[in-house]
Amino acid sequence: MNSHPPGLVVDDLARRFGRRWAVARVSIEVPPATVLMLTGANGSGKTTFLRCLATALRPHHGSVYLNGQNTWTERAETRAAIGFLSHQSRLYTDLSATDNLRMWAAMGGRTDNIEALLERVALPATRRDPVRTFSAGMKRRLSLARTLLGRPKLLLLDEPFSAFDPEGQDLVRSVVTEARQNGATVIITTHVPHLAAQVCDIAAHLNAGRIQWTGSVAERLEWQPS
Amino acid sequence: MSVILQSIAVARKDLLIEWRSPSRVSGILFFALALLLMVAFTTDASAATLRKQAGGALWLGMLLASTRSLDLSYAIETEEDALEGLVLWPVDPRAMFFGKAFANTTILFLVASALTPLAIAIFDAPIYGSVTHYVAFLALGSAALAAPGTLYALLTARARSASVLLPVLLFPLVVPALIAASRGTSLAMEGDLMNQAPSWIKLLLLFNAVHWSLDALLYGRIVEDG
Repeated sequence: MNSHPPGLVVDDLARRFGRRWAVARVSIEVPPATVLMLTGANGSGKTTFLRCLATALRPHHGSVYLNGQNTWTERAETRAAIGFLSHQSRLYTDLSATDNLRMWAAMGGRTDNIEALLERVALPATRRDPVRTFSAGMKRRLSLARTLLGRPKLLLLDEPFSAFDPEGQDLVRSVVTEARQNGATVIITTHVPHLAAQVCDIAAHLNAGRIQWTGSVAERLEWQPS
Repeated sequence: MSVILQSIAVARKDLLIEWRSPSRVSGILFFALALLLMVAFTTDASAATLRKQAGGALWLGMLLASTRSLDLSYAIETEEDALEGLVLWPVDPRAMFFGKAFANTTILFLVASALTPLAIAIFDAPIYGSVTHYVAFLALGSAALAAPGTLYALLTARARSASVLLPVLLFPLVVPALIAASRGTSLAMEGDLMNQAPSWIKLLLLFNAVHWSLDALLYGRIVEDG
């Protein structure tokens, strides 16, 4: 019988590189339709934590459950439910925006409306140009569209506001709001809490791979890491 | 979504990238052509001897050019870390292997086909034997280079000295296939009076059966550990 609550359950998760523990025994629960803001200094383990959740890295200790399923042991199934916006664009730069999304959709068996998705991230005029000619912000918009293919149940956004202009930052916030309304669990890592505060429900702070602080978003805006 | 449909989607993606930016085919074609010219004009062989060397020279060019082609097939995946995106996408690792190996086979076959009239002209070696056998040797030889090549190119894709490592790993492995393809191609060019071609075709079929099945299984383990 499934004993884990719906949403994301991180149970005593740890991951090391060599002898250094990048993530050290982190436990946290994020219910469905909830947005977690994860802050932390450079090297605090935010990206490693997200990569463990996305099943890009095998945890060295502990487990992650998404809607009751162990994400690592059942990764073939859970990967279909995870959308991960990473630092790299993960795009094919010789292809156009439309071709990129079509190819990713075809490979994953997604049936999303590609044109609508491009409109959603405001890339209609450039859809035929190769991605190689895109600015960093445009690539980021397209990566975001790729992440949204298949309406993931767990949305992992690693520094989603970086490389975006104010309109792009609004776009990220509206995408997060929409995902939450659709019942998705969302985790946003950021160095700048006030950018994400508007759309987040709870907050946590990582320090040297450990959760140093958890609380509400309003409390996080008041709290200063020591 | 079945492995077959996913494989088609992955192959389509690789071939579309090649179609949009055909630098790989043109690059390896000229590389292989340079090798053919070197073999033809730097040896002091008679016209009859040169004619006998045509099949071997063609496959020597293909072997050396294939390492560059296989390298480039992963350069498109590592440029923006699309490879990790693909691993985290709901794509069966076997489909990744079959798709990429099929695309690599197609590209190598196209290069071998384009080299054929040039080899005929340079070595004065028209196809006196069976054209069907000739095409079969090009196709089976290309597939025999592509299957283990796709696996080993993945192994070396993230290594700093990938272009050195790949030939070191690949060349010893494909010697039997290379001998069979060279001998078979020569027989198809010179005329197969002793009906030896079917034996070489059987050897190539066996080599392909082993590598296309075994390498597909190994690919999943390697790509997950990347």
